[in-house]
Amino acid sequence: MQPAPKIRFRDKQIEMAHGAGGKASRRLVEGLFLPLLGDASAGPLGDAAYVRMNGTRLAITTDSFVVKPLRFPGGSIGELAVNGTVNDLAVSGARAETLVVTYILEAGLPSDVLEQEVRAMAAAARRAGVVVAGGDTKVVEHGKADRMYITSCGIGRLIDGVGVSARSVRPGDRVLLSGPIGDHGITILLARGELDLEAEICSDTRSVLPLIEAMAAVAGPGIHWMRDPTRGGVATSLNELALDCGLAISLAEEKIPIRDSVRGACELLGLDPLHIANEGQFLAVVAPEFADAALATLHAAPGGEAAVIIGEVRAQPAGTVLVSTLYGGTRVIDMLVGDPLPRIC
Amino acid sequence: MCLAIPGRIVELLPDFENIATVEVSGVRRKIDVGLLEDDPAKPGDWVLIHVGFAMSKISEAEATDQMRILAMLGEDEAAMKEIEGYGLGGGGA
Amino acid sequence: MKFVDEFRQPELITKTAQEIRRLANPGHRYRFMEVCGGHTHAIYRFGLNDLLPPNIELIHGPGCPVCVLPMGRIDDGLSMTENEEVIFTAFGDMMRVPGTLGSPLEYKARGADVRIVYSPADALKLAKANPDRHVMFFAIGFETTAPSTALTLMRARALGIRNFSVFCNHVTIIPAIRAILDSPDMRIDAFIGPGHVSTVIGCRPYEWIARNEGKPIVVSGFEPLDLLESILMLLRQLNEGRAEVENQYKRVVPWEGNRAALKAMAETFQLRPYFEWRGMGFISQSALRLHDNYAEFDAEERFQVPGIRVTDPKAAQCGEVLKGVLRPEQCKLFGNECTPEHPIGALMVSAEGSCAAYYNYAHRKAALTELMMPARAL
Repeated sequence: MQPAPKIRFRDKQIEMAHGAGGKASRRLVEGLFLPLLGDASAGPLGDAAYVRMNGTRLAITTDSFVVKPLRFPGGSIGELAVNGTVNDLAVSGARAETLVVTYILEAGLPSDVLEQEVRAMAAAARRAGVVVAGGDTKVVEHGKADRMYITSCGIGRLIDGVGVSARSVRPGDRVLLSGPIGDHGITILLARGELDLEAEICSDTRSVLPLIEAMAAVAGPGIHWMRDPTRGGVATSLNELALDCGLAISLAEEKIPIRDSVRGACELLGLDPLHIANEGQFLAVVAPEFADAALATLHAAPGGEAAVIIGEVRAQPAGTVLVSTLYGGTRVIDMLVGDPLPRIC
Repeated sequence: MCLAIPGRIVELLPDFENIATVEVSGVRRKIDVGLLEDDPAKPGDWVLIHVGFAMSKISEAEATDQMRILAMLGEDEAAMKEIEGYGLGGGGA
Repeated sequence: MKFVDEFRQPELITKTAQEIRRLANPGHRYRFMEVCGGHTHAIYRFGLNDLLPPNIELIHGPGCPVCVLPMGRIDDGLSMTENEEVIFTAFGDMMRVPGTLGSPLEYKARGADVRIVYSPADALKLAKANPDRHVMFFAIGFETTAPSTALTLMRARALGIRNFSVFCNHVTIIPAIRAILDSPDMRIDAFIGPGHVSTVIGCRPYEWIARNEGKPIVVSGFEPLDLLESILMLLRQLNEGRAEVENQYKRVVPWEGNRAALKAMAETFQLRPYFEWRGMGFISQSALRLHDNYAEFDAEERFQVPGIRVTDPKAAQCGEVLKGVLRPEQCKLFGNECTPEHPIGALMVSAEGSCAAYYNYAHRKAALTELMMPARAL
């Protein structure tokens, strides 16, 4: 296993690409934030940080939501702010319990718009079984915040029997995907209304904690790694894994679930579904002896019917994600370089 | 850059000359059909779409023909091998 | 997806690939050039190289309009953003292409109003919706895309739109093919012809390639079955000693081309006497500018552009790769100074450029070819 190369951040200015979740984002985090703020011995970066308090292991995470428009088919920023954080903890093997949130509001924002989002957040929190325990509000001048930005920070206890780390991934492990990809990112793109495209597509935002808990109950020890493929999509998440574990991920193209309408929209716009953000899906890398049981459990759980094994881990070519077709052609899929889309979460 | 995809014309917009709604896997988009003026597009036609314009109609007959020809590939060869297998002497037919 | 999935049927693909292997003469090295960037992209996206026998090599030609655009022209287009009222619009493909002072996205980050459009019609719509601004459309592309720009100009005139202009960088494919064939060091046996360009120009413009140069050319579609069938047709021609223009993409390409498209282009464009192609030098009669009758929509008339020629570093061997003389990995800068993240030359800049396509696909794969097996055990 080879360690990931050390990257120093040399870009002259911040671009949209640095927030897109792909290579530029990674360059920023690894080249600037990590050397200055991070603990080099802590291992590969994940969706959450683990801390020990009084003997109890906890996971803590934070995420910010800058989506435009605020409301879209299938959800809104208030919901994303809850589900996104619950999901980050879930894929880190933790059950979210408490959230604290920050609202940055633009002066001139109609109060009923704010109320709508707070209600959406409250409903999402109830559904997810978390408590919003507090937060902060700031108001900035008109034009400085795209109506509203929300940050949410979540903390939770580890789920028994689950310990995920890129270091535990082994050749032969199976790659599971919880459901169809691309719904959220395409929804946002269409909701911006600039495109003259009509489609029945809505965001897939939801808490994936129940599915992960169900899977953990039967396959806990076999779950080696999980991630929620948000910005940058499945391609980026798996590339990060391949780099972090120094192995290869091989996917079977025909197994990757995509709704017809999402595929149609991607074709019309020239976008690759593997790079599009998802807000209600997760990837899990599971030891082969547990994979079938994990899949069966997901199929039996509400919302898990579409889960599928899309590939496996191999030793070579290290650090690479490959997709192969039924007829024997193979291509490498890369991490997103920059933004394929306007901000989506 | 040469990305063009097939779509089915769903309707021609009455208020806009040369604009039609096209459908691709359930997704609808308005496109300009002005380049097809010599053989105007009508609902139900399949067209090739590139940067929001219909470039050409797609001929189902030609597509079917192509599939048929490709499906027959190797059949001559297979037939010849079979004949050779009869051991009748001499080369293939 | 209809008219897509049928052309990706695994059994037919396997059959066609087998037939290719049967027909390819083991003693011969075949070098086929696919001219169009869309074909380059398709070849890598579908992993078609994996299906061909090792003695068939696909050379990637100059049909990538982003790749062959000189950096100076990008600078010229971006210089128009110095005018505050300008909204700079272009296809997504252009957005990360570096000019001397940055790419369109980098200009946007510094405050310029730069927007992605998916159609020139979107740019015109933007002009209608923003009467106090000026929308400039950075037009690129071969004959596939030029008619759409042409129709948009005609629509703009019909609607009396005054705040819209086009910075025209449309190029034509035939002079590029001619330049390749004129090059003394080129070694190409046959051509895979550009399928979508041909929906506009038809198949006649390629006849001289077969007749005068003795090279077979098959106009090809973009799905795996299309490309494989085209390669099969080229092999048959070579084996039978023929050199003809054939149309594999019959379901979409009319032999005579699209008259309405050509008429629109003739009305709105004129040929430039010459134009610089990055990596290939100046080629005469190879690019379009706005017709004198449409001068009011010509961004080059409206805005003063620096017009400075920017040359690539001598070490960049883009020209030779473009002509098929060198393979991407044989360029000295490939993979070191020149990568998709920091491209030095034209072919690394666009995802369709042969170097970028090769880098993303084969460069990492090449090290471990023997170890690769498709994931069938699922």
